[in-house]
Order: sequence, then C-alpha cells, then structure tokens
Amino acid sequence: MSSTPTLPRDMRNTVLPGHAACHGCPIPMGLKVVGAVFGDKVILVVPACCTSVVLGMHPGTAFNGSVIHVAFASAAAVASGISAGLFKRGVRGVQVVAWAGDGGTADIGMASLSGAAERNDDFIYVMYDNEAYMNTGIQRSSATPAGAWTTTTPLGKKESKKDVTKILIAHGVPYVATASIAYPHDFYNKLKKAAGIRGFKFIYLHAPCPVGWRFDPSLTVKVAKLAVETGMIILYEYYDGKIHISGPSRPLLDKSRRRPLIEYLKFQGRFHGISEGELRNLESYVDSSWEWVKKFMQ
Amino acid sequence: MSNLTKKAKSLHKIPIARPSIGVAGRTGTWRWMKPVVDLSKCTKCYQCEIYCPDNSISVEALKGAVVNYEYCKGCGVCAEVCPAKAISMVEEEQHGP
Ligand SMILES: Cc1ncc(C[n+]2csc(CCOP(=O)(O)OP(=O)(O)O)c2C)c(N)n1
Ligand code: SF4
Ligand code: SF4
Ligand code: SF4
Ligand SMILES: [Mg+2]
Repeated sequence: MSSTPTLPRDMRNTVLPGHAACHGCPIPMGLKVVGAVFGDKVILVVPACCTSVVLGMHPGTAFNGSVIHVAFASAAAVASGISAGLFKRGVRGVQVVAWAGDGGTADIGMASLSGAAERNDDFIYVMYDNEAYMNTGIQRSSATPAGAWTTTTPLGKKESKKDVTKILIAHGVPYVATASIAYPHDFYNKLKKAAGIRGFKFIYLHAPCPVGWRFDPSLTVKVAKLAVETGMIILYEYYDGKIHISGPSRPLLDKSRRRPLIEYLKFQGRFHGISEGELRNLESYVDSSWEWVKKFMQ
Repeated sequence: MSNLTKKAKSLHKIPIARPSIGVAGRTGTWRWMKPVVDLSKCTKCYQCEIYCPDNSISVEALKGAVVNYEYCKGCGVCAEVCPAKAISMVEEEQHGP
C-alpha cells in the first residue's frame, strides 16, 4: 500500500448509503475509489450488470455523479461518443469512465471495447471482474477461472480464464493496468495516472463476490488480498511498451514469497471439492501468468 | 438556446434520477449481525471507513469510528479489516423492520 494513510473525503460522499448491493459487495468498494479520484466530475457509463442494480432505480441513484445506463454490448461505444461530444463542446475536467462487468467486457462488449481501443478514444474503461454473470444468477463467463462452480458449470469450469488485460495490451493503447478492490490506494493511483493520459486507458479491477463465489460477506477484502498474495492476480501497469509491476505484487516475482494457492481457494465454496488435477491446472495457470509478466518487464 | 430546443424542453420532462440516500430503502433492516465499535480500542486508522461497501461507518476526528445503523447491512467487512480488533459483530435482538 502507498504511504497515504487515508483516501480523500469524496470517498464518503460518492456512493450513498442505502443502495441495493448485497452484503459485502465489492462494487461499491471500487466505486468509492472512483469517487475519491474524480468527486462528482465523472460520467459513468454502465452496461447491464450488478452495478445497474446496485445504484438503484429512478427517481433515485446511489452514485453522486452522472451515470448513463446503456445496453449490454455498447458501453465502450457510448463512452467514446460522450468523450467526443464533451471535447467538441469544450467541456474539460469531466472524466468519462466506462464501468462494466466481466461478462459485459470479456464476452458481450468485446467488439465495441476493441473498437474504442483501436481508435484510441479518450476515456477510462474499468472492467470489474467478479468472474461470472452475477446479476442474472452466477452463469460462467470467459473470465471465470478453471475449476470454479457456477450455475452453468455445475461440475467446475473446464476452460481457463480469458485474460482480457493481455488482449488490451495487444491493442497498443497508452495505458493498461490491473488493480484489486483490496488495494484501494493502488487503484486510486492508477486511476489518477490514467486520467492524466490522453487516449484509451484500460483498468482491470479484481472484485470478489461473496454471493457468487460462496464465501462469507465479511471476507470480501480478505479473499481479494489472498488473490494477490497467492499470485493468482498480478498487479501491474503497462505503459511505454513495458510492464511495471505494482507494490503489492513486486515481492512475489520470487515464487517462494507467494502463498500456496489453496489458501485463496479454501474460503470459496465455488472451489469446494476441486480435484488434485484441477488444482495443478490452476497452479500452472498462475505460473504461466507470472512468466508472461516477467517477459514484458524487460 | 434555439427555439426548437426551448420547445422540446417545455414539452418533455426528461426523467433524470437524482443522487439520493436510501434508494433501496432503509437497508439497516437487512441486518442480522450488528457491528459494535469499542471506541477505547479504535486507533482512527480509517480502514473500516475505506472498505465499508455501504459507506455506513465513518471516523470522527475526536471520537473514532461511528456506525450509521440506519443503513449498515451488517456485512462484517469493517470488523474483518479492523487491525485493532475494535469492532465486534453481535447478533441483532430484533430481526426485520
Ligand atoms: C443483450 C442482453 N443480453 C442479456 C442481458 C441479461 N443480463 C443482464 S446483466 C447480465 C450479466 C452481466 O454480467 P457481468 O457483466 O459479469 O456483470 P455482473 O452482473 O457480474 O456484475 C445479463 C446476462 C441483457 N441485459 N442484455
Ligand atoms: S451478486 Fe455479487 S457483485 Fe452482484 S451485487 Fe451481489 S455481491 Fe455485488
Ligand atoms: S457491517 Fe458492513 S455495512 Fe455495516 S458498517 Fe461494517 S462494513 Fe459497513
Ligand atoms: S478500522 Fe478499527 S481502529 Fe481503524 S478506524 Fe475503524 S474501528 Fe477504528
Ligand atoms: Mg460479472
């Protein structure tokens, strides 16, 4: 964590109490950091996902900024249009943030996301990853990790997690980063840095969901921390053609400093009863992610 | 403003939602466990306030962490992240509204 002891006060005022999220939901934790960075000078573009529900229904909204709820596949396209419109009208100092789930990013929104990245449109895209379609009842997405139970993978998902961050790096955009709701200062710094860069910025945000992952709602932050400490999720930034590893993940370049993966899995009902083979499979997924990161650090 | 925009404005009220507390009601009624802060242990480190998904606990400069029971859902995140173990989760005596 950075040396900053607290986040700015706007964190308190941006996500209003009495919203519709489940107990221990990671989404408002992430949105509070967005609020800490931008205050109400932000326009969120939200496709269908848990966030649409969390923020509540007309005539109220729990987000003390501007929000546009849009059709599923269109978040990046709408954000492109708003950012271009603001620019033409000479409106400065308002940040456009597309805020979409893993389903809305890795699967359904991929085409419009790729288009916006290729055009280098000027906004920040945040993919909050709760690793399944939670809003509609925990169906697998391409970002669900192998071995995880969902309602559409009752025996555990067979395929590996799609790494969207890598795909965005391949687009050659100016800034790509990974973050976690357990490290709000790190996420804060990354949003700040992204806001200072013109063009397309992508931030992946790991967001453990107590309901879909089957863990106690008090453990959201703990599970998110364990994902980083076991090396399952690697925090880094990509700019100037290189990966720059972030503070919480840096010591874990040394594999012996990583906690055993099982410490992360054991709190989650979705991994109960995974086989030895599936565990090995996940471990080698982690190892190969690290090898890939190391290659791009040079 | 062009005449056309003026006309459109007078004819249609756009149903814009306004930021408001309690869009899902008084969510304190969702609680079955209740966080209780032992202020003598609180070091005002802000961890609970930073992570609370419901923005229902805030650190007051002189006093320490204070819970807003009107909206706190009782998830227990604050108790879990508190490094001073100043928050305990106790069962609610009365369930429901
Ligand atoms: C075109 C279209 N297809 C399907 C849906 C139904 N739908 C709404 S939210 C959702 C799941 C979204 O999953 P994700 O993007 O991962 O966000 P999460 O709910 O997990 O936060 C689905 C399938 C829809 N609203 N529109
Ligand atoms: S299902 Fe998960 S991500 Fe969705 S609102 Fe509930 S806790 Fe949050
Ligand atoms: S129990 Fe949950 S909702 Fe209540 S104050 Fe603690 S973190 Fe916030
Ligand atoms: S986390 Fe604990 S010690 Fe820190 S401010 Fe909250 S109650 Fe006080
Ligand atoms: Mg999801």
